[in-house]
Amino acid sequence: MLMLLFFCYCAVVITGTGLLAVTLKNPVHSVLMVLILFFHVAMLYLSLGAEFLAAVQIIVYAGAILVLYLFVLFLVSLRDEVKMPRFVSSAWLGRLIAGGMVACLLYILPVFTTGAKGDWPAQRVQAITPTRALATEMYSASVLPFEIAGLILLVAVIGGLLLARREKDVHGDVK
Amino acid sequence: MIPLSWYMALAAILFSIGVYGFLTRRNIIIMFLSAELMLNGVNLNLVAMSYYLESMRGQVFTFFIITVAAAEAAIGLGIAICLYRNRQTVYVDEVNQLKG
Repeated sequence: MLMLLFFCYCAVVITGTGLLAVTLKNPVHSVLMVLILFFHVAMLYLSLGAEFLAAVQIIVYAGAILVLYLFVLFLVSLRDEVKMPRFVSSAWLGRLIAGGMVACLLYILPVFTTGAKGDWPAQRVQAITPTRALATEMYSASVLPFEIAGLILLVAVIGGLLLARREKDVHGDVK
Repeated sequence: MIPLSWYMALAAILFSIGVYGFLTRRNIIIMFLSAELMLNGVNLNLVAMSYYLESMRGQVFTFFIITVAAAEAAIGLGIAICLYRNRQTVYVDEVNQLKG
């Protein structure tokens, strides 16, 4: 019963803040709404026994990625943002597509059947704690994807540096 | 015990909110933020499946998706800064130089 109330609370907050985030006029308010949303997603992760991912969700998503968004929002001009129209001229098409999509997804949801169960039952996970179970799986079955993830982060660092760099002309003046 | 389909329904709704924001907003930064909402919808689905199917594979996937999301945010926002520096706008419908 308590879990049900908890899930309903998280679901309502996630849906509400998500809708507010994509419709609010001030982009900073949108980012703050997404912050609340990320915290509630992390709470759902905790209730699903993914404590490490809940911590990563708060540290990486709420701590790093959203701060990056805020910085970029402050770098571009916010002054006239609140006076400009928020939506593209063909916004009704986007609403139609998103509405049709959620209707289709929820319609086909009862047909879904789960496959075979994996080899990490709750007792085995509890015996060695969930974080250790995740690490065991990650460093044994998915070592190569782990290395590739490191490579992707390197590409992101180089790409971010290259894109945000100010170019100098032939006289050495910064444009 | 909450059924798995509830989590999947919530994930579908979160993903569709992301699609809605991505298709309707003019500001490219809010469009990237909507892409993050979509990724979170997928993550929620994977973690719920991982719990109900007693497998760790879903959580490992979620970890990699968060990595890719961080890389995507860094590069996407770099592109947004570049766009603002060159065109003085972050609105996608004002970037129409290639339009015939």
